[in-house]
Amino acid sequence: MEQHAVEQHGKARPAVPTPEPAVLDVVVTTMSSDSHTWNLVFLQLLLEELGHRVTNLGACVPDELLVAECRRIEPDLIVLSSVNGHGFHDGLRLIGALRACPELAGTATVIGGKLGISGPGDPARQRELLAAGFDGVFEEGGSVVDFRSFLAALPASPRSLPTGSGALR
Amino acid sequence: MTGPGSAPDAGARPGFGDFVARARAAGELVVQPRMGMADPLRMRDGLIATRHADAVTVGTLTLDSYTRTGDLAAARRALADGVGLNGYPIATHSTDTTRAVLRGVAGARFPVQVRHGSAKPEHIVRALLAAGLDATEGGPVSYCLPYSRTPLREAVDHWRRSCELLASAAESGARPHLETFGGCLMGQLCPPSLLIAVSVLEALFFRQHGLRGISLSYAQQADPRQDEEALTVLGRLAAELLPDVDHHVVLYAYMGVFPRTPGGARLLLEDAARLAVRAGAARLIVKTTAEAHRIPTVAENVRALETAAAAAADERARQRRTPGDAHALGDPRTPGDPRTAGDPRTPGDPRTAGDPRTPPGPDRTGAEDTGIEAEARALIGAVLALDADVGRALVRAFAAGHLDVPYCLHPDNAGRARSSLGPDGRLHWSSVGSMPIAGLADGGPRPPILGSTGLLSALSHVRRAYDTRASARPPTPPDLPSSAHTPPVPLPRTTSTPRRELGLTTP
Repeated sequence: MEQHAVEQHGKARPAVPTPEPAVLDVVVTTMSSDSHTWNLVFLQLLLEELGHRVTNLGACVPDELLVAECRRIEPDLIVLSSVNGHGFHDGLRLIGALRACPELAGTATVIGGKLGISGPGDPARQRELLAAGFDGVFEEGGSVVDFRSFLAALPASPRSLPTGSGALR
Repeated sequence: MTGPGSAPDAGARPGFGDFVARARAAGELVVQPRMGMADPLRMRDGLIATRHADAVTVGTLTLDSYTRTGDLAAARRALADGVGLNGYPIATHSTDTTRAVLRGVAGARFPVQVRHGSAKPEHIVRALLAAGLDATEGGPVSYCLPYSRTPLREAVDHWRRSCELLASAAESGARPHLETFGGCLMGQLCPPSLLIAVSVLEALFFRQHGLRGISLSYAQQADPRQDEEALTVLGRLAAELLPDVDHHVVLYAYMGVFPRTPGGARLLLEDAARLAVRAGAARLIVKTTAEAHRIPTVAENVRALETAAAAAADERARQRRTPGDAHALGDPRTPGDPRTAGDPRTPGDPRTAGDPRTPPGPDRTGAEDTGIEAEARALIGAVLALDADVGRALVRAFAAGHLDVPYCLHPDNAGRARSSLGPDGRLHWSSVGSMPIAGLADGGPRPPILGSTGLLSALSHVRRAYDTRASARPPTPPDLPSSAHTPPVPLPRTTSTPRRELGLTTP
């Protein structure tokens, strides 16, 4: 299943980096319990300014809808953003559901925002999210620059992604 | 004190709106926290502390997000497991428990309102009525578009049934009260005319479904002069379109990205209180110095209530020193019905409200006119012209883009309107989409549509401005002692006065 996903990405992306930045299909979303959307609006603007195509799923996205939309769109990148403090737990649940889908097993997926109620920068939390299958964790307190670097590196080698740290705000 | 509409009907128990009307007649701003804890004893202590604050206060039960979204099983599990909830689960605790929380605390002298955020609030209305409460807030648009995925048409149906349920409490002698959340919407970056229009339209929706006690909200934005104009317009339109409804205007202290520093947060709250007094809002919902960081404690909420009350008293004193500055609408001593003071016009047919050609009345308030009123009237009129049923009109208006909330991602929002913030903090339209307001406001060419960097900068404008102001000032004492201010004028002593007149500061 992993192999299938890698092949798909192989078709979409050149094996050798090119000077032209690739246009990515990106799903921007939050979790079922999170009604905040300014973070999603900002991310959509940022990604579109970088030339990418964004599907923004909006507020309070139920798990089933999130997975169904990602399976339908088969994006190059999934960006999960949450600022209500439940992002860590919700994220662990969701990455399992996404990785369980053959077509999403290898899709680049990152999480960011305010992920816990105890403030940013818990290294154990970041390690756990990465171990669970996220390709990048961008907590409040870091920088948007890290996320942009992550994006720039994305088309070149989708399965040897840099581990991100920084902010998605 | 007992003008038309403010006196209880024969046999009716005084309610939330009556308390606010009495405070207003006495020249006092009512202040209110946002406060909700899962534990009944802590909730009761929070209400008692609110009641005993040195301010004219009403109490709040803020509900948790599981109850808001109707996931009562999750609320039950969280209570059983002792997992923290971010509010009071009114539909999960037993009615007896909630009655015990309120007993001896809530009443005519200390009304308590339920605040929730639900697009489908029937279960909440049922629970609050069962517990003996009759005041809550929200709206079919304002608790649907920004905070849920519920289709607008469904939210309208749910809110219609909820309004009818709440209004039915009048049959048993209560005076139910419902506050619009339409004056807030996304919390920030929405130009005032749309906030006013949605607030007024939600009030008309409430009225159509039986409510006769209504408050209309407006959230503090980033420029006090623009806010003053907006609140003046809201008061005027409310008086004109709700002539047979007991109503008042409620101001929310800033609902966007809050200052990080305690000093900045306090300055912003004080500006909100002063704005409320100047522009004639009868009630203020406060924010605390903890806002940028976490859910506030009860003590932080009490400090915020007292800080706001002190700033309001100071503003009233300033108005008395310079009576020329006292705006008619904001001066509770204006003779006549305080609810319509400042409205020089005769209540009219709602259908004519939206005619932008309606000549503006003489502005007795001193607030400037940059076109907020013309835009708000055009929006309200365009919606009301679509259907005699306000709920159906709202659904059709959003479908046609006649109402379009900037930056709102809800599928039923057209999403073509864009706003921006000037360097002075004034909100402008960058794009009005299909809303019928092109060319109605002052000003030259529209500002460009914000990019991601501009959006971040606009979202944090108020935080930056107030943190900077705070750092430029010498530190102020963190607390105002309870004796720091006394009521500025002798208060009438009647049997049904707001609590503060009977409280600690009463001679």
